[in-house]
Amino acid sequence: MTQSSDLRAEIDRIYREEYGRVVASLARRFGDLDIAEDAAAEALLTALERWPTDGIPPNPGGWLTTTAGNRAIDRLRRESLRDTKHQAAMMITHDTPHEPTGPVEDDRLRLVFTCCHPALAPEARVALTLRLLGGLTVEEIARAFLVAETTMAQRITRAKAKIKAAHIPYRVPERDDVTDRLGAVLAVIYLVFNEGYLSSAGDDPVRTELTAEAIRLGRILRQLLPEEGEVAGLLALMLLSEARRTARFAGGELVTLDEQDRSGWDRSLIAEGHALVRECLARVASGSAAPGAYQIMAAINAVHTDTHDHRDTDWSQIVALYDQLYAVSPTPIIALNRAVAVAELDGPDVALAIVDSLDLGGYHAWHAARADLLRRLGRSAEARAEYDAAIAATQNAAETAYLSRRRAHLVDPSI
Amino acid sequence: MTQYLLAVHSGAADYDRSLDEMQPVFEAVDRFNQKLVADGIWVFGGGLERIEAATTVDGTNGQTLVTDGPYLETKEYLGGFWVIEAPDLDAAHKIALEASEACGNKVEVRPFQAE
Repeated sequence: MTQSSDLRAEIDRIYREEYGRVVASLARRFGDLDIAEDAAAEALLTALERWPTDGIPPNPGGWLTTTAGNRAIDRLRRESLRDTKHQAAMMITHDTPHEPTGPVEDDRLRLVFTCCHPALAPEARVALTLRLLGGLTVEEIARAFLVAETTMAQRITRAKAKIKAAHIPYRVPERDDVTDRLGAVLAVIYLVFNEGYLSSAGDDPVRTELTAEAIRLGRILRQLLPEEGEVAGLLALMLLSEARRTARFAGGELVTLDEQDRSGWDRSLIAEGHALVRECLARVASGSAAPGAYQIMAAINAVHTDTHDHRDTDWSQIVALYDQLYAVSPTPIIALNRAVAVAELDGPDVALAIVDSLDLGGYHAWHAARADLLRRLGRSAEARAEYDAAIAATQNAAETAYLSRRRAHLVDPSI
Repeated sequence: MTQYLLAVHSGAADYDRSLDEMQPVFEAVDRFNQKLVADGIWVFGGGLERIEAATTVDGTNGQTLVTDGPYLETKEYLGGFWVIEAPDLDAAHKIALEASEACGNKVEVRPFQAE
């Protein structure tokens, strides 16, 4: 009994691990996502039937791809009698080995650019990437984003219909593609990570299934595009954030960086992240393109994770990196994060002047930063009102618990 | 190959501009059109008269109704369009970007239904 449920778990693990590769390979070969997905599902059924008696094959991914390919051809043979188009497509692509031109392009790389195409709505990009590349079920994705399963299924179906109708290609875009296609892919992965890292809703403050999935996608992308600084930067950023995950919460409460138990940080993730950041720095030093936002954010996190004591943090370097980040991406949220670092370097009064100049009313982190600066300046009554505003603006239970405790520690000026 | 409609979003302000002001736009669009023809991408294209020139004809449900003006009263409307041939949406987007630069308006890209 245990053995068979262990085997089932192992098959599920392999299937999920290999799903993106199988679907991507079939999507290229047959030019149709539905055919690819259906065939992958059929291959799983066959695996569940055979592997318990035959054993897991030595190359399970290859087995699944071959089996799925055969299933797809069977299906097309049945259907091609009435559809000459499919027949033609099958004859062109059948058994033709993929001849790479220039650098070897993994089919998954084509597929990720399709899933993250700017012609698709951002939430559809996220859903498609998790479904097709990550191998998550529609139910899992729906649960992760707290929407009804039917809503999520519809979102994915519509996106696939648009890919088909508008002929969104399965192709790695040209280098000179004007629409920053790689940026769109990285944005999807980072969005998945952030939704997991500080959940905007729901009961769990962190959803590790999302952070883990984002890191897995980041690793795949890194493997496919090893020369891209921003790909390395995003992976490093996620690893250095993930390394602090367990220290970020204690007793259901968010623990800020200055109060975290640093012995709880994951040293191997930090080492991996630091190595990536060093690689990015070396690439920039050797005259490659100036670092983009992900590399700079990774560098900021590398500085934070470089010391064993919060008081040893090199704040001048952090502020300098934030200046660089703001130059690349001048958003009020980056200005806010920069101001928090400025508070450590130049004092809370200087930082408060910056924070007050930002038009971020209603954003939980803006109210939380303002509350903290007012508290440090001894302006308790204003700080209290600001904590209230921050609590009203967040839906994350652990953040609420943290803010409530901070507010409770304020001295009541009326006493 | 797929045919795509490149629809130019326009409005009254565009039509109110002087001929002098529009001359460089006409020239840019003309150059773009010639390039489309030379590259074998061109199917059809043209600019439309202002919206006041529109008539709506309704022959549904056995009725014959002719009314002055467009079907929908909107501030923005179709000012002109191209129909092009492109292998996929990425190629269509590239052409649409050139179209938008030439005519100085936003361009909506929409695939035709497969035959």
